[in-house]
Amino acid sequence: MARRPRHYDHVLRVAAVFGVGFVSFLIVRALLVPSDFGVYGFFRAGALDDARARPMSYAGEPACVDCHNTVADERRPSKHAQVRCEACHGPLVKHTAGEMDTLPKTPDSRRLCVTCHTKIAGRPAWFPQVVVADHAGDAECTACHKPHSPKIQ
Amino acid sequence: MNADRRSFLAEAGKFIALTGAASIAWDFVVQGAPEQAPNYNLHDHWWGMLIDIDKCIGCGNCVRACKTENDVLNEPGAFRTWVERYQVRGDDFEHPIVDSPNGGYDGFPPIEVGDDVKVFFVPKLCNHCAHSPCVQVCPVGATFESPDGVVLVDKSRCLGCRYCVQACPYGCRYIDPRTHTVDKCTLCYHRITKGLTTACCEVCPTGARQLVDLRNPNDPVHEYLRTHKVQVLKPQMATGAKVYYNALDGSVR
Amino acid sequence: MPGVQGFIYPNEIDLQWSVLIVLYPFLTGLVAGAFILASLERVFNVRAVRPTYRLALLTALAFLIVAPLPLQMHLGHPERSFEMYLTPHRSSAMAMFGFVYLWYLMVVLLLEIWFDYRRELVLAWRGSTGFKRWCYGVLTLWSDDISPEALRLDNRLGYLLTIIGIPSAFLLHGYVGFIFGSVKANPWWSSPLMPVVFIFSAMVSGIAIVMLLYAGFSRLRKVAVDMACLDTIAQYLLYAFIIDFSLEMLDLIHRIYEADESFRALDFMVKTRLFTSQIVLQIFVGTLLPIALLGWVQVKRLQDRTRRLLYMASGLLTLVGIFAMRWNVVIGGQLFSKSFLGYTSYKMGFAGREGLLPAILITILPFVILAVLVRVLPPWDHAPEIGVDAKA
Repeated sequence: MARRPRHYDHVLRVAAVFGVGFVSFLIVRALLVPSDFGVYGFFRAGALDDARARPMSYAGEPACVDCHNTVADERRPSKHAQVRCEACHGPLVKHTAGEMDTLPKTPDSRRLCVTCHTKIAGRPAWFPQVVVADHAGDAECTACHKPHSPKIQ
Repeated sequence: MNADRRSFLAEAGKFIALTGAASIAWDFVVQGAPEQAPNYNLHDHWWGMLIDIDKCIGCGNCVRACKTENDVLNEPGAFRTWVERYQVRGDDFEHPIVDSPNGGYDGFPPIEVGDDVKVFFVPKLCNHCAHSPCVQVCPVGATFESPDGVVLVDKSRCLGCRYCVQACPYGCRYIDPRTHTVDKCTLCYHRITKGLTTACCEVCPTGARQLVDLRNPNDPVHEYLRTHKVQVLKPQMATGAKVYYNALDGSVR
Repeated sequence: MPGVQGFIYPNEIDLQWSVLIVLYPFLTGLVAGAFILASLERVFNVRAVRPTYRLALLTALAFLIVAPLPLQMHLGHPERSFEMYLTPHRSSAMAMFGFVYLWYLMVVLLLEIWFDYRRELVLAWRGSTGFKRWCYGVLTLWSDDISPEALRLDNRLGYLLTIIGIPSAFLLHGYVGFIFGSVKANPWWSSPLMPVVFIFSAMVSGIAIVMLLYAGFSRLRKVAVDMACLDTIAQYLLYAFIIDFSLEMLDLIHRIYEADESFRALDFMVKTRLFTSQIVLQIFVGTLLPIALLGWVQVKRLQDRTRRLLYMASGLLTLVGIFAMRWNVVIGGQLFSKSFLGYTSYKMGFAGREGLLPAILITILPFVILAVLVRVLPPWDHAPEIGVDAKA
């Protein structure tokens, strides 16, 4: 004859269900959490490498100066000393990496120079700014100003 | 060997070597393989930024460069950095008129202001807070502060729950509709870990924006902080913001 | 820009949390409130509400099952939501809430229902065949024991679970309040009162919905409503309401008095964009009116039929009011810019993933589930009295 079950048997069964569930959870957790999680902090360390792996568009001034040192020499004593190359010439990483056919387009001076030098409220007083129509009419800025040494002597 | 053949071989050799070097450089630059910048030690750096309000001319170069460099969608509501223009009348700090047309991407239109109105530009970006509220609330550790002080997003773990967007006091986070994850300024982590500066600082024509490394004893920021009066945005939030503003007006939100 | 007024940070154009996130605290609030009503009988011996005990538990279960659905539909990557259990960030209220939810569902609610219904489940197992028999076998864990000792044990364990369940219910919904209340960047949310207000409004909504469901089911079954039960429930609804209203008024008065940097922006928002949902729906229609109706019943002697009508009206108005409260917290908290200089607007779609249609469907779903639960586990008779009085 089968042994009569204890009256708390069903409680043990439900406890077993919870126990199995908990252990399964721990196993799944061990399998799914990436191994480099928590190395530096509460994050996946590989995320740092992911962030560093993004391709660049701007090469940075030192890369330009490497070849174009005469332009850099011309710019250094001028008013545009701290205006780096790509501020005007746009992103040039392909050019500096050797794709010599991706030459920067000569910027259109009426669009480019005016972006910074048109007079608008909020620009500090020390900054050279003009009402372009009064200052130059329809002329190109480069008719009088050399971009790498803009001050007219 | 006669001179012609020697010079030919020299030129050919140079061409081959340069092409090979260029292709390696191109790979390095394009993939940004971290193992080829092995000199970068995380714990030697503590990144921040210095912004001088007195120098910002609101040209929008930084906004455009950031969108280009980081492949940010050119549409409303997705800005890693942006520029605001403030108009403050007299002593009325509590009611500045502020505008940021398309985040300053196309610069600012000219406006007429009265004599008693002060106008200036404020560039903004993620402050890479040392006690970041956005990191605090992320449920899965998808956003975090790196050991070198940059708050980053792990796009492979982000759920897109947007809790961090709610928790950021500065409004610098947004959802990228292409990946359905959160996106924000990474301080051009892929550039600064290679010794370059951020895209926004690279193109700033007046030097209003400058990347700083607070753990580098030779960084000019230390001298700058000793000789200038600087502020962070919303200091009452005690976020440990690391973007320092010189000449920040009391009306700036 | 359409819908924008004043200056907002460029990234603030679109709201981050939609009507689905309004639904979520509404649903979990109903869960917590229904459970508290059930515990009134089980732990606090308010015998009058006995007829609603099992119904309240099933209601709580139906709504708790549906509660994660609006969250899943809102996430950018719902397939990654399991990460909250794999790598929960201990400083994140949202991550910790995942465990509170799991605890409440598995341990408090499911276990308590199981212990309460076990006798009926075993009897059904014995009496059925085929696939149904297999289902009941699983539900009873193939344990056939419904001896008096076993049932007495079940009763004692159920009592224990209810005692644990009361603070768990507070934790369940208080945590949701804390998810909002702990965001220092948002002055509309950031408040130590937020979890408390959420808990009391949850109690109000949960009690109201059980009251409505009880009356509704009674009518469907063509059974007389136990008026003593309904009267008692309505009384507790009134008490909870008074506390809830006092807390919300305290928050409002405190805000107006201190008038900090955010006040002017919030005040303007309440008077314009939030006027209908906050002043009209939440305060007048959803709080003051039901309080007045329920109070009137306490003061005047009224006929059964009149009282029933007033209770039903109050119950419906209450649900509208509490939904409006959730709306005002979630949506209201995102309408103003963190610059305090401008406002955006909420453009709710209809058929998109986070639109009105899914919101409506999600609201209907718990009632469908409840209809099924009520068929499988009929709550109309309570568990036999064996062991309740603890004397054999």
